[in-house]
Amino acid sequence: MEFISAFGTSSLYALMGGVLITAALTVAVRNMFHAAIFLAFTLLGVAIIYFFLHAEFIAAIQILIYVGAIMTLVIFAIMLTARIQDPSVPQSNRQIIPALVLIAACAYLVVRAIVNTPWKLAVQLQETNAVELGRALMGRFVLPFELVSLVLLVALIGAIAVARSDE
Amino acid sequence: MTTVPLQHLLIFSTLLFFIGLYGATTRRNMVGILISIEIMLNAVNVNFISFARMLDVSATVAQVFVIFTIVLAAATAAVGLAIVLVLYRNQKTIYTDEVELLKW
Repeated sequence: MEFISAFGTSSLYALMGGVLITAALTVAVRNMFHAAIFLAFTLLGVAIIYFFLHAEFIAAIQILIYVGAIMTLVIFAIMLTARIQDPSVPQSNRQIIPALVLIAACAYLVVRAIVNTPWKLAVQLQETNAVELGRALMGRFVLPFELVSLVLLVALIGAIAVARSDE
Repeated sequence: MTTVPLQHLLIFSTLLFFIGLYGATTRRNMVGILISIEIMLNAVNVNFISFARMLDVSATVAQVFVIFTIVLAAATAAVGLAIVLVLYRNQKTIYTDEVELLKW
């Protein structure tokens, strides 16, 4: 991934700002279909940030699963539940001001904690690759791996069982 | 080698998380709430990847955790959207304040 190192630090900051803007648009726009499109851009931006942090395999998974699978599901759900185009329906409840105040206070506390914590940085930047990830998944983490695959299977069967129409 | 300080990445993921939390608390549309939850899960993953890159921990272990988070997020989205669909079929609405089946 040498080509990503050719970009400077400023492009990473620009990317982070762009992701924040698209995320804010995702939670703020009225049309749910537009929100889904902005969500796709947010997820893609996060995937590019993973490339910058040398997590290539995770970035590929992010694009495949989030931008591919979950976005399809979300757009399906939006299309199947109508009334989205009706501009007279308000899209947010009446708790915007309390939510903003509380979230700003919480964000301030967390940012203060981040700034004041003495992080134990590594001497040199860490890297890993897909081979090591596969070894870890099949060796040290084989039990959680099997469990999470079972959870996924149960969730998918459950989703089908819930969503099928009773005939 | 492009790097930014760890704190900047953490602040970025904090802001992303709280944007998602704002959406989850103020949206009326249930699909909108699920979208906001996906943003929050992504913010947590950014945190994990930043720690994997810069902290004195095993990068492999941190990325394995991110894989598990992504799988569980996919399961959440599948089940949540199925519930939204069946609720729309039965109640003809997906707005949280109009669903009062369990309200007394």
